[in-house]
Amino acid sequence: MEPRVVFNEDVCKGCGLCVSVCPKNIISLADYLNGKGYRPATVLEQDKCISCQSCAIICPDQVISVYRPERKKKSAS
Amino acid sequence: MGKVLMKGNEVIAEAAVHAGCKYLFSYPITPQSELVAYMAKRLPEVGGLFLQAESEVAAINMVYGAASAGVRVMTSSSSPGVSLKQEGISYLVGSELPAVVVNIMRGGPGLGSIQPAQSDYFQATKGGGHGDYQIPVYAPATLQEIVDLMRDAFNLADRYRTPVYILGDGMLGQMMEPVEFKEVVNEELPPKDWATTATRGDGGPKLTNSLFLDPAELEEHNNHLQAKYAKIKEAEVRYESYLLDDADYVIVAYGTVSRIAKNAIKEARNQGIKVGMIRPITLWPFPEQPFIETRDRVKGYLTVEMSAGQMVEDVRLAVEGRKPVFFYGRTGGMVPGQEEILEKIIEMAGGEQ
Amino acid sequence: MELVFEKTKGLRDKTTHYCPGCTHGIIHRLVAEVMEEMGILEDTVGVASVGCSVLSYEYFNCDMTQAAHGRAPAVATGLKRVLPEGRFVFTYQGDGDLASIGTAEIVHAAARGENITVIFVNNAIYGMTGGQMAPTSLLGQKTATSPFGRDAGLQGSPIRISEMLATLDGAAYITRVSSHDVPNIIKAKKAIRKAFETQKKGLGFSLVEILSTCPTNWGLDPLESLHWVRDNMVPVFQLGVYKDVEEGK
Repeated sequence: MEPRVVFNEDVCKGCGLCVSVCPKNIISLADYLNGKGYRPATVLEQDKCISCQSCAIICPDQVISVYRPERKKKSAS
Repeated sequence: MGKVLMKGNEVIAEAAVHAGCKYLFSYPITPQSELVAYMAKRLPEVGGLFLQAESEVAAINMVYGAASAGVRVMTSSSSPGVSLKQEGISYLVGSELPAVVVNIMRGGPGLGSIQPAQSDYFQATKGGGHGDYQIPVYAPATLQEIVDLMRDAFNLADRYRTPVYILGDGMLGQMMEPVEFKEVVNEELPPKDWATTATRGDGGPKLTNSLFLDPAELEEHNNHLQAKYAKIKEAEVRYESYLLDDADYVIVAYGTVSRIAKNAIKEARNQGIKVGMIRPITLWPFPEQPFIETRDRVKGYLTVEMSAGQMVEDVRLAVEGRKPVFFYGRTGGMVPGQEEILEKIIEMAGGEQ
Repeated sequence: MELVFEKTKGLRDKTTHYCPGCTHGIIHRLVAEVMEEMGILEDTVGVASVGCSVLSYEYFNCDMTQAAHGRAPAVATGLKRVLPEGRFVFTYQGDGDLASIGTAEIVHAAARGENITVIFVNNAIYGMTGGQMAPTSLLGQKTATSPFGRDAGLQGSPIRISEMLATLDGAAYITRVSSHDVPNIIKAKKAIRKAFETQKKGLGFSLVEILSTCPTNWGLDPLESLHWVRDNMVPVFQLGVYKDVEEGK
């Protein structure tokens, strides 16, 4: 399962804002520390992600990239 | 172009235009307001702009912005206004931005008066703002000299990436004299590839800035600035020697006071007292050489200023105690008369004659 | 998989010094995204002010200059007046810089109708110097220099910059937005885009005031800070468009 949302854990400051806005409540702060001593945000259940980008929009540190499955091209009518 | 009779303040303006300056950001203040009014009409004629700022603080920061974009730019004011510009000038120094700052000095301190004075010497030469820095200071004595020095001021500012002062006084600004604007051959200057003109087509983002939070970096930056000042000191000192060869006594004076002193010197020589004059044209770097050449053979120095005594300290430093250094000054906008200066010369000469 | 959200080229790859959860980071991204989307990153010169965002010149991926405290609008004026046509100039200022020491400069830049864009980040406090009261601090707000809560009789009341500047004819687009939740961040980006478009059309002075947080000096965690903006700042600093010459407002 390709991830829908990717966190650049090294730059995350563990502020938790993404955790608070995810409509699916699937973001959590890891139980390990990144290089700067912050608990980076992470998603375990990638399949529940709906690529709504809320987490990326509220992230103050450009940590999050969001992917969406290509929509099947509508057949040429 | 031939000679034309003009008022000092307007000569400063026209000289700047001739030196390729297209932008002036200033605030009205007596006794330099004619300069601003002249430029309001003149600069649009050369595709330039005069913008009146809401204060001298804003004006110097507009200069900072324009200089950051790499254009020739100046600001003009008088003593109280120049005080307001000190922080901005320190930023120009720290960010290594070229600009010309004109101060038509008037009586101080405080609101002071509107008559001529030279009481901003310390402010200009000892750094009126914060941090270790020096600013080249040109002090013209005649309107023609304004024309010549203005070109040098802009070239020097660009060559060394530094603000440069033109220090005049209210008399210089208000008097009228014939001047000639000879065609200016602009010196070959390094390209301003550091300027923030947006990066389209010229490489990565550029930055003009004076913030160095890492002290080691700021020290390195300071060393770089001090090396610059050493080069300026070595190459850019200007002064006039007047009747020094046979002089027993030397007057030290700059700007309009030096012209009054010349009359006193003529009269003193008529009375048998051989007096000469050292006239600093750059107040910084201060001309030490003429003092080194005379301090062992002359009997004394008389510094004359329209202040309570500021340049006299640099004279004492240059004379290094070899000979007595006397001082005569008028403050508040009072101008020393040649009879008073003559009296002081006679006094200095111990009433020999 | 289609990439639908990635880091903007308008920001450099340097992690910011801002505190965790500080909305400066979000606002930086919005400005950077707008510049990237308008294709003007190579035509813009930004003016960094003094405050937490002084180091914005290390983050924005365009030419920058750093202005003395409060003087960014004057520096921007100097830049814009001498740069050739088609160049953009913006300032990025906090409330201490713009609404306190720099009030004269911002008022007169607006009054002159300078064709620049001002990003005004209002977080009701001085951040970098450690949480002092700002002209935008709310009544009753406890800060390092209003330890008993700001008192109108002692320290005056908050200044509403957007409303004030909107009275000036030179102002073409003045709006106040907020960064306290996703919908408002999306609106803020639209406002920033419109401000830069206003500059592009040469209509005059544009300013976007963005309510912002300061978790560290407010003594709140990042999420509580967003709520504090919503519950305390928005009622005092009403969101909305205060001037829009295009809409005849």
